[in-house]
Amino acid sequence: MNKNRLFPGFGLSLGYTCAYLGLIVLIPLGTLIWKSSSLSWREYLDVVTSVRTLAAFRLSFLTAFVSALVNTVFGFLIAWILARYAFPGKRIVDALIDLPFALPTAVAGIALTAIYASTGWIGQHLHKFGIEVAFTPLGIVLALNFIGLPFVVRSVEPVLQELESEVEEAAASLGAGRWEIFRRIIFPAVIPSLIAGFTLAFARGIGEYGSVVFISGNMPMQTEIAPLLIMTKLEQFDYAGATAIALTMLIVSFSLFFMINVLQARSSRRLGMEA
Amino acid sequence: MKTRAESPAVVYTLLALGLSYFAVFMLLPLVVIFVSAFKNGVGPYVAALLNPDARSAIWLTLLVSAVAVPLNLVFGVAASWAITKFDFWGKNLLITLIDLPVSVSPVISGMVFVLLFGAQGLIGPWLAEHHLKLIFAVPGIILATMFVTFPYVAREVIPVMKAQGSDEEEAALTLGASGWQTFWRITLPKIKWGLLYGVILCNARAMGEFGAVSVVSGHIRGRTNTLPLHVEILYNEYDFVGAFAAASVLAFLALVTLVIKTVIESRSPELQSNRLKKH
Amino acid sequence: MKKFILIAVVLAAAVGFFYGEGAVKKPELLNVSYDPTRELYQDYNEAFKKHWKETTGEEIRILQSHGGSGKQARSVIDGLEADVVSLALAYDIDAIAEKSGLLPATWQERLPHQSAPFSSTIVFLVRKGNPSNIHDWDDLARPGIRVITPNPKTSGGARWNYLAAWAYALKKWNNDEVRAKEFVKAVYQNAPVLDTGARGSTVTFVERRIGDVLISWENEAYLVAATIGKDQCEIITPSLSILAEPPVAVIDKNADRHGTRAAAEEYLKYLYSPEGQKIAARHYYRPSSREIADKHAGQFSRVELITVRDVFGGWKTAQKTHFAEGGTFDQISRTQL
Repeated sequence: MNKNRLFPGFGLSLGYTCAYLGLIVLIPLGTLIWKSSSLSWREYLDVVTSVRTLAAFRLSFLTAFVSALVNTVFGFLIAWILARYAFPGKRIVDALIDLPFALPTAVAGIALTAIYASTGWIGQHLHKFGIEVAFTPLGIVLALNFIGLPFVVRSVEPVLQELESEVEEAAASLGAGRWEIFRRIIFPAVIPSLIAGFTLAFARGIGEYGSVVFISGNMPMQTEIAPLLIMTKLEQFDYAGATAIALTMLIVSFSLFFMINVLQARSSRRLGMEA
Repeated sequence: MKTRAESPAVVYTLLALGLSYFAVFMLLPLVVIFVSAFKNGVGPYVAALLNPDARSAIWLTLLVSAVAVPLNLVFGVAASWAITKFDFWGKNLLITLIDLPVSVSPVISGMVFVLLFGAQGLIGPWLAEHHLKLIFAVPGIILATMFVTFPYVAREVIPVMKAQGSDEEEAALTLGASGWQTFWRITLPKIKWGLLYGVILCNARAMGEFGAVSVVSGHIRGRTNTLPLHVEILYNEYDFVGAFAAASVLAFLALVTLVIKTVIESRSPELQSNRLKKH
Repeated sequence: MKKFILIAVVLAAAVGFFYGEGAVKKPELLNVSYDPTRELYQDYNEAFKKHWKETTGEEIRILQSHGGSGKQARSVIDGLEADVVSLALAYDIDAIAEKSGLLPATWQERLPHQSAPFSSTIVFLVRKGNPSNIHDWDDLARPGIRVITPNPKTSGGARWNYLAAWAYALKKWNNDEVRAKEFVKAVYQNAPVLDTGARGSTVTFVERRIGDVLISWENEAYLVAATIGKDQCEIITPSLSILAEPPVAVIDKNADRHGTRAAAEEYLKYLYSPEGQKIAARHYYRPSSREIADKHAGQFSRVELITVRDVFGGWKTAQKTHFAEGGTFDQISRTQL
């Protein structure tokens, strides 16, 4: 491509990017592979398929999945009202969406436990109906809802704003109902960004630690999340076991991210934008 | 103008649903923090923040972001330039790798630095021989923070640069401007708002990081405790007012950051239109 | 861009300069300790600073690091340059000796009382008026009682709790290991949450008001009953408990490298002095000095105490049998599903 020849700084910018990426991200992550290579393939499988590890994985993936699903629905809804309706306090809502990025996860965990423990602000009312939130998988889902919401909203919001209103108006003038416009025109357009938001929230949810340990209960086999299991193994000086689990989680995150990046590159190509 | 064809009933239902979800999951935790911080009035709140350990934690937190954010800023710009101006093999892989730290469990992010620089780690023994202390000291905390906040500037700038297109740069270059001139005079002004937004997010995240920093800090009071770690310490000392006071400072910093962000956005129509084209 | 890089490099260099070696004027000691000793060492450090100044004329600064015992041990192994450690159980210091070689394996013989200047035990904290009628370990296994205790995998204190329950069951059923396991399982099935540290459990019990009984260090229980749990908690001492001896040690190689060996050794020796023992007693630790212990005798309940050495054959065996991968704790959790 002549574009590559016209612009200067290819070597410098890509070289610097790769060097910095290597130094800060890849070399540190590479130590995971180095450390878990002290395990044989069989030992590695033994660690990651032990009953307790599987239970932790199941819990982490399941709660992250449910919470990402809930956040996809409500994140879409919030993005929708932010993009389309005027209401008092809209600015504040829009600004606060990013709060979970900035708030330390431990602070979030403490605050959420204060709300949802069976003696907490909301927990005590739920408790009356026999719903226990804190120290159950439900508590983990709620904590992850807090952590994951901005990922969905920030993925979907720009797309909703961008949608050409002319297309919708044209459809309306042709007699299409509001629901039909939504189903036929709007929804298909936001699907890629919804999937991206879902995946981001999901990937973040699997690894979340700080906000979850306070509210999760940490019972082995029942409410013990995978990152806690890594911590537990470290505490017992079992570095190889800890890295084996970490590596597995890393591979899952990487695959998910790679998938959405390919997906997004494709969908933006389809929309006629520069890939 | 957008079509507003939904009936008022539908609009209000959607608003009510969305806003109550928002209130329960975003607003309530914030309220809890501030209410608990001021439970015993303003006096204990101020006292908690003037405590020497709290002050050194605030100072360290500011120092860490002062180093980590500029470095990630330079990286973000370089990466955006490489990714948007050129085509090369493995671009998707590169983007994925840049995004990766967002999804790496904070526990793992901290652990890898211990595996690398710790006394039993890969290059730890060499560092010890040369009396270089990275882990359980400030440089380790900065490294872990850089890792965690790594993608934020790049993630914001790449879409903006992509959306801006390259026509103006091409023109400048064809007319004989040097690469640096083109970058400083044309590209930078175009992406400055996106850059600023990225820096703000990156900074917010840098100040608030808990999990990864907790693993590499060593928790030495007055030395290697950042503000989020200080919150945990106070909480474990049953000093709940102090803990929430420190937490409220972080929440307050986050809020200020987000307000600045909103102001920037409303001041700059270009950024808003950029955000529209992000995807 | 160039400017940015320049600024970043200068900043990074400045940080490296200030923190790499650190131009330190006063000699410093870093005491890496576990969670419940925060208040104790706050007081003790002040006393020691004065003592050091009086005996040597030198000023000294003491830095503290607190956290879960296992986590702290791992940090020292990974390079946290502690001059002295004061941890929840000997196993954790053994691990430092074994994995890092920073101190000899015989460290425990260097100071009196197996290097434990004071001891504690495990007691129960219940709600005011003891509404659930809890008096001994049996009551913890009763259906419907909610027991709060930390996770023995991540908390040193929790391991003492676990072993105390186990020792009680062994005694009750004449060393029948199977019955003991059943009993401990029943107790842990009553736990709604296993916090990662002892302090986390206390917060759950006192601040969140969850659970009927908290299994806790004796010193923590007294501290809580005197402070945050005032008027809402009381202490119940079971018929049998475990002698918990949190040990201390100089980390030789670190102290030598810092040139602080003399101060580090004196720092630990002074814990055994009347002054040190008094401070320990004031923070509800049982002093090892007979004389000070007698003075504070009224403060602690009498209880039959077993030791890890006698009942479990030492910490290494106990760790392996009960808390390592596949140990009894894993076995009872596995069948909980």
